[in-house]
Amino acid sequence: MNFPSELKYTKDHEWIRIEGDIATVGITDFAQSELGDIVFVEIETEGEELDKEEVFGSVEAVKTVSDLFMPISGEIMEFNSSLESAPEVVNQDPYGEGWMIKIRISDASELDALLDVETYKSEAGV
Amino acid sequence: MKNIQLNDTHVELGAKMVPFAGYNMPLQYEGVSAEHIHVREQVGVFDVSHMGEFFVSGPGSLNFLQQVTSNDVSKLTDGKVQYSCLPNLDGGIVDDLLVYCIAENNYLLVVNASNMQKDWDWLMKFKGDDVVMENKSDDYSLFAVQGPSAVKALQSLTEINLTDMVYYTFEIGLFANVEEVIVSATGYTGAGGFEIYVKNKDAQKVWDAIMESGAEANIKPIGLGARDTLRTEMGFCLYGNDIDDTTSPIEAGLGWITKFTKDFTNSSNLKVQKEEGVRQRLVGFVMQDRGIARQAYVINDADGNTIGRVTSGTQSPLTKKSIGMGYVAKSHSKADSEIFVEIRGKQVKAVVQRPPFL
Repeated sequence: MNFPSELKYTKDHEWIRIEGDIATVGITDFAQSELGDIVFVEIETEGEELDKEEVFGSVEAVKTVSDLFMPISGEIMEFNSSLESAPEVVNQDPYGEGWMIKIRISDASELDALLDVETYKSEAGV
Repeated sequence: MKNIQLNDTHVELGAKMVPFAGYNMPLQYEGVSAEHIHVREQVGVFDVSHMGEFFVSGPGSLNFLQQVTSNDVSKLTDGKVQYSCLPNLDGGIVDDLLVYCIAENNYLLVVNASNMQKDWDWLMKFKGDDVVMENKSDDYSLFAVQGPSAVKALQSLTEINLTDMVYYTFEIGLFANVEEVIVSATGYTGAGGFEIYVKNKDAQKVWDAIMESGAEANIKPIGLGARDTLRTEMGFCLYGNDIDDTTSPIEAGLGWITKFTKDFTNSSNLKVQKEEGVRQRLVGFVMQDRGIARQAYVINDADGNTIGRVTSGTQSPLTKKSIGMGYVAKSHSKADSEIFVEIRGKQVKAVVQRPPFL
């Protein structure tokens, strides 16, 4: 399983790519593998300002549903609308085409609490 | 946690193993959707060796089974199989099961792994001295070969004429050069095919033979994930989801296996239900707006009054329709009734439809 070292992670199996004050968020290879075939991603929070750990959407797989949590506080600037017609790219390319939202970071100090790749792997047991 | 006989074989095939009913079981290999479609269009083999096998013999067997099961066992002749259930005394169901008639007063009961001990204890309560029951679950493996190419995949392994086998019949014979294999024209997918019962000592040999002889038919191993979506697409009940200790067979639409031609456990109460009608019914439904119904989600009417609950739901990998099953008030149980499934606070419209959802 693949966990890029340049990304940050959460215990909820999300990844975060930080570029300036923008954070791109998706789910990890481990998460997509546990969920199995993803049939749709529901994100209806575009434009909203949400706090860390609030639910910003959900992922429905054939077998189960999982909530998506804000890894940090901020405004949801964009969601990946291509997932509407092709949710399976989350399974195929979780760190690339399968990204889910872009957040404008509102509190940079929250970034310190994100996990680096080694900490994530040991916490997730992967 | 127990391992089934071919645990290592499934791991080598790339299965994701998960604990289920006390066993490590293959959940999926390639992925649920691909496996589901493969069974509908070609052929797949499921290792469902967790299922329980109880052998019942002795002169009192027929009377005993007539008492504890809801279907009419006297209708069975040698080589026939019957779907049935074990009603409890409180209006619910102990388990659903298959009853195989091997010979006069000689039966095989195939029960759910999750209920094996409960079923055994329940049956022992009613068993007289003229009946012998043996739990052979630890001695048997069970492979379900399902799909339109099942005959093609298996015919070279046996002299039994698979094409001519009638649904819900079985034969015991030579299969893959192994003696006393039970070849049963049954399954839980609606795709057609066979269930093959073999002793554990022969399991590897038979599995390998099935994979080899099925290669030309493009046979693939299929996990429990696809087994669940396939049965949901057909509207087949899963114990623990759609039926349980509290649900009546009449409410669950199992009136067809509840025969009042004989007395059985709780039959007088169930007969009243059948005659006077029930307040709720298990129905199938198709979501009209986006959302997937999951077990225990609430079902409401158009005014927001709660009228039921979801028992199973998924998105069909074949049709991509979001389908489900659940109990609803009788007023909303007819086909085309509009119901609303509450999905994370939202009322999502669905329409009652009779399965299968193909």
